[in-house]
Order: sequence, then C-alpha cells, then structure tokens
Amino acid sequence: MRTIIYLCIGILFGITMFKSEAASWFRIYEMFKFESFHMYGIIGSALVIGIVVVQLIKRLKIKSLYGEKINFNSKANSFSRYMFGGIIFGLGWALVGACPGPMFTLVGAGYIPIFIVIIASLFGTFLYGLLKGKLPH
Amino acid sequence: MKWIYEPWPWYIAGPMIAFIMLLLLMLDKNFGMSSNLRTICTICGAGNKADFFKFDWKLQKWNLVVVLGTIIGGFIGSYFLSANTVVAINPDTISELKSLGFASAGTAYLPTELFDTEALLSVKNILILAAGGMFVGFGARYAGGCTSGHAISGLSNLQLPSLIAVGGFFIGGLTMIHFIFPLLF
Repeated sequence: MRTIIYLCIGILFGITMFKSEAASWFRIYEMFKFESFHMYGIIGSALVIGIVVVQLIKRLKIKSLYGEKINFNSKANSFSRYMFGGIIFGLGWALVGACPGPMFTLVGAGYIPIFIVIIASLFGTFLYGLLKGKLPH
Repeated sequence: MKWIYEPWPWYIAGPMIAFIMLLLLMLDKNFGMSSNLRTICTICGAGNKADFFKFDWKLQKWNLVVVLGTIIGGFIGSYFLSANTVVAINPDTISELKSLGFASAGTAYLPTELFDTEALLSVKNILILAAGGMFVGFGARYAGGCTSGHAISGLSNLQLPSLIAVGGFFIGGLTMIHFIFPLLF
C-alpha cells in the first residue's frame, strides 16, 4: 500500500517536471540567461507555499499520517561544502540542463543519451564518496 | 481539461511541487532526489570501497519507488499528456542558441544536437553529457542535496546552508552559461 502511494507521488512529480518544462534543457539555459520568469516562478511559488506549509506544520504541531511528530532534516552548519558543492552542481546542471529529478523524468520521456548523464552522475557520487575525507567540509 | 495537454504554467507547477513536498512530509519523509544516487551506488556495492556508502539502503527504498514513479510520470507526460512538446522559450534566447549552433532551439523539448540518439555518435557530445552528469552527482553529494533537497525542502525550512548551496548552484550555472558555453559551443 505504502509502495503504491510513493509510486503515485513519483508519477505526479514526473508529470509535473515534464509538463512544466522544468526537465527541458532549454528552460534551464533560459533561466541562467534571465530571459524568462518561468523557472523562477516555479521554484519561487513552490518555495513560498513550502515555507508556509513548514511553518504551519511546526506551529500547529501537525502530526504525520502515522500520527507521529514530523521530522525535518536540519543541515549541519558549514560554508565551504555548500558553496563548493553547490558551484560544482550548478556547472553540471547548466551543462546537461537536468538535475537529479528531471534526469529520471527524461528516461521515461524516451531520451536515450540521458543514460550517459545518469551513469556519470552515479560515478560522480561514487567519486565524492572516495574523496570525502580529503575535501573541505 | 484541455489545459492539461498544454505546457503547464509556473503557477500550476510550483504549487504542485510544494504539494508533493507536503505529501512526503505527511508520510514523515523528506523530499530529495539526489540521495537516490548514493543509494544506487550502495546497492551496486560501493560500500566495499568507501564508508560513505555503508548504510542500510532498504531505509531508502521508498525514495527509489519515487524515482520509478518519476520515470513513469515522464513517460505519461510526454506520450499521453502532450499535444506538442516544443518548448516556447524567449525568441531572444532562441536566436542566441542558434548562433551557438543549437539549430533545434524553439523546435524541440531538448536540443537534438545533444539528446537525439544520433548525438551519441559524437565523442564531444558524450564527453559533455558525461562531464555534466559527473558534476551533478559529485556536487549534489558534496553540497548535501540538489534542487529538491536544498532549493525546495531546505529553503522551505529556512535553512541557511541551503541558501548558501542555492547561491553556489547559481554561481556555477551562470559561470557555465556565460563563460564556458562560448568556449564549448
């Protein structure tokens, strides 16, 4: 049952990424050129609603569907890992025009070359795991 | 219901993403796609090479199911819910892209120069896709999250680290498009 719920959430996410064109390389390029409001509208409106949702959950102490307290991931304080990691991510995001969600959306949409991107991103993740101890965090 | 076949405007897509985050929170899960890459590495046996991959991947099974759904959603979105998948970007952007050699700008969903199956015949294209993918995978794990984990989940929870990461995403993205693209294309 839970599996079906997660599958439906994923399907809704995949459809949204494709239909909103957030999975389009062209939209990412246009965003970094500041030539359209589209992507800023998507991220901005998701964020504004997201902030309200999180605040309501915290202040009204809303419980999860299992009746338990909802846990939020707090990110550990640091500057370098977020800045350097973020820059490296941004370089890749702009080059292939896809972040980890849309990558999988594009598999479903039938673009074969995206497999190269996914395999390379797995390799990148693996490389991080190997080098983790040597990087500033 | 005809709108559903048209490209969705931002004011449909943004709230939908927030709704997806809310659904996951109500199931006591955190929205984040890139952690699946680590999980897949672990399943492939990366734990033998680095401790970073030594964790019980079964705890992340739910997220892999979300990935499977994302693939199915991409299939449904493109084959059943789209009358036309051409992305109508800004005409100025189209002419800039054409001058960079992307003749497919304004005529396709993805640039055919990079994402048509025939594009795989070019070593340069393969290297570009591989380098970009590697940066995404490496950077997402180094930064501890990607667009969903930082820009949506993290910023919604007013996390300063996520703001730094999103600043980094933009520094990287702007550098790529404005300074590195003219050298590559």
